[in-house]
Amino acid sequence: MLETIIQQGINALQLGSYYSLIALGYCLVYGVLLLINFAHGDIFMVGAYIAFFCATAFLGKFGYIDPGMPGWIVLALTVPLTMLLTSGVGVFIERVAYRPLRLKGANRLYVVITALMMGIVLEYGNLAMLGASRKSFPTLVPRTIFEIGGATVTSLKLAAIVTSFLVFGLLQWIVTRTKLGMAMRAVSYDKFAVPLMGIPLDIIIVFTFFLGSSMAGLAGLLYAMNFPVLDPFMGALVGWKAFIAAVVGGIGDIRGAFIGGFLLAFLEVTVAATFSSELRDLISFTILLGILSWKPTGLFGKPRTTKI
Amino acid sequence: MSLRLTTPTALCALLLGLVGLTQIGILGQYEQTFLCTMGIYMILAASLNLVNGYMGEFSCGHAGFMAVGAYTASIVGVILFVGDPNFGPALLPMELAPLAFPVILAAGFASAAVVGLLVAIPSFKTRGDYLAVITLAAGYIVKSALENIEVVGGPRGFMGMKKVTLGIEETFAVPWMLIWIFIGVVLTVWLLRRFVYSTYGKGVMAIHQDEVAAEIMSVNTNHMKLVAFMLSSGLAGLAGGLYAYLIGFVNPASFTILRSTECLVMVYMGGMGSLTGSILAAGIFTIMLEFLKPLEQLKWVAIPMLLILLMQFRPEGIMGNRELSDVFPKLKRFYRFK
Repeated sequence: MLETIIQQGINALQLGSYYSLIALGYCLVYGVLLLINFAHGDIFMVGAYIAFFCATAFLGKFGYIDPGMPGWIVLALTVPLTMLLTSGVGVFIERVAYRPLRLKGANRLYVVITALMMGIVLEYGNLAMLGASRKSFPTLVPRTIFEIGGATVTSLKLAAIVTSFLVFGLLQWIVTRTKLGMAMRAVSYDKFAVPLMGIPLDIIIVFTFFLGSSMAGLAGLLYAMNFPVLDPFMGALVGWKAFIAAVVGGIGDIRGAFIGGFLLAFLEVTVAATFSSELRDLISFTILLGILSWKPTGLFGKPRTTKI
Repeated sequence: MSLRLTTPTALCALLLGLVGLTQIGILGQYEQTFLCTMGIYMILAASLNLVNGYMGEFSCGHAGFMAVGAYTASIVGVILFVGDPNFGPALLPMELAPLAFPVILAAGFASAAVVGLLVAIPSFKTRGDYLAVITLAAGYIVKSALENIEVVGGPRGFMGMKKVTLGIEETFAVPWMLIWIFIGVVLTVWLLRRFVYSTYGKGVMAIHQDEVAAEIMSVNTNHMKLVAFMLSSGLAGLAGGLYAYLIGFVNPASFTILRSTECLVMVYMGGMGSLTGSILAAGIFTIMLEFLKPLEQLKWVAIPMLLILLMQFRPEGIMGNRELSDVFPKLKRFYRFK
């Protein structure tokens, strides 16, 4: 019994680490721009594909690089490259789709719709370019299996969990301790006064998208290593769920997004283990809806005061 | 005075013209289905515009309400006129079906309006993006619940509605669905327009502009939200019922987040708070869906790209928050209410 609980707990932690990594990206962008970046789940998908192409290229599948490079070097090269390229995609989308609208002073919801459209473009663009065949991610490092109290955990699962905690720590540090983080919080507080104080608004926003998208890329890489089948729609459902998790945690607060991701994962795993996996969405979303009705601004969110 | 009766007359003429065209065989089955789909999209877009446009909330679970209406209307119709292994034999003879069809649609409307409470009640306290998540979760809950109810077929779906429409069309040899969808569109637009521009319904726009100020100015915001959400989801349920009888088959996979996204796109493409904008956008959107079909998968790249471009050049949508009669003020002579 205890073993099952520990095993399910580890599974929940692993699932939660993906949700949290994606939710952190939602949360950063939302915190700064008050924009729900609905394309974020698909940026996660793009991240997984970029990781796939990087890894296969380094393994010598395309013939540019001699095959025979050890797996861990490939991994060490793939991680930063994936994060960099994925953040490039995120920043590019911001530049071509969101910024012009922001400069025109369009209603916030039109930017949200543009984000939704961008997500669909990424999904179906991928489908049209690469075809419907699913890609399988190569094994880079051998799976080592550890035992904790009778439950088994692979090195990859452990890596995902540890990474998500490290990333959370890093982001928390950036946002609360550095000058850039202070600027981000300032933009979130008052977007009109900030440029007057000599803070470059656009650079801060680009930096936010850079951070958020690179986290999505990292999550995509980790996800692809653990569940090595990629398809163009893998990001949609995970992305929506991560968004819901971020809001339940209290969107705009990094701790909220992080905890919300794990909360959703624990709910899902508990429901799947005790009832059945078909009821997973029904019960876990009902509970989340209950939480939001009880605390209308999420677990960590603070109500904003508005002047009339 | 006679000029003001032009709109009803024109609508009747349009309906008669459409029915006439089907009878002489110019509008075939394909064109009819296309027009019906367009009509259903129009109802969906106009009803979502009440919440997303006029009230300024961000509801993204419209497909969920549509699903409730579709399933209720299907089940009521099948229980009454077809019979099903799970529900027993048909209760009424098929001859009564033409009379009972409005009742079936009304059942879809009512059930979806009741499920709208799932969103309306949390909306009393929750605002903005938190409410968006509640609507999103409500959409997921409805879809997931339908997948788990075995009586209505679970994930496989539910069918038998085609027999009702075929039975009706045997009695009356007219394009039954086309007529009802036409009536549905007219009813939706009329209802929404009368509601939003009535003294009672002005509260909806007041909530959009400033919720707190509206409350101070004695708008009962909770009541207003309740009515708006229930009306919007009810009309989505009506669209769902019509959809179920048009296709003859419903399954949870037709009511995914992509369907809600389509509704959202039509509302914002047409312009927030413009009914004619929604109608226009729904028409354009359906035409785009149909004519870009040869592109296959690239269709879903091309349509969002076009919309993103539209947003860049016209960030307030096609009509902004204006109606057709604001653009062409002379049109106001042709109908009675403002």
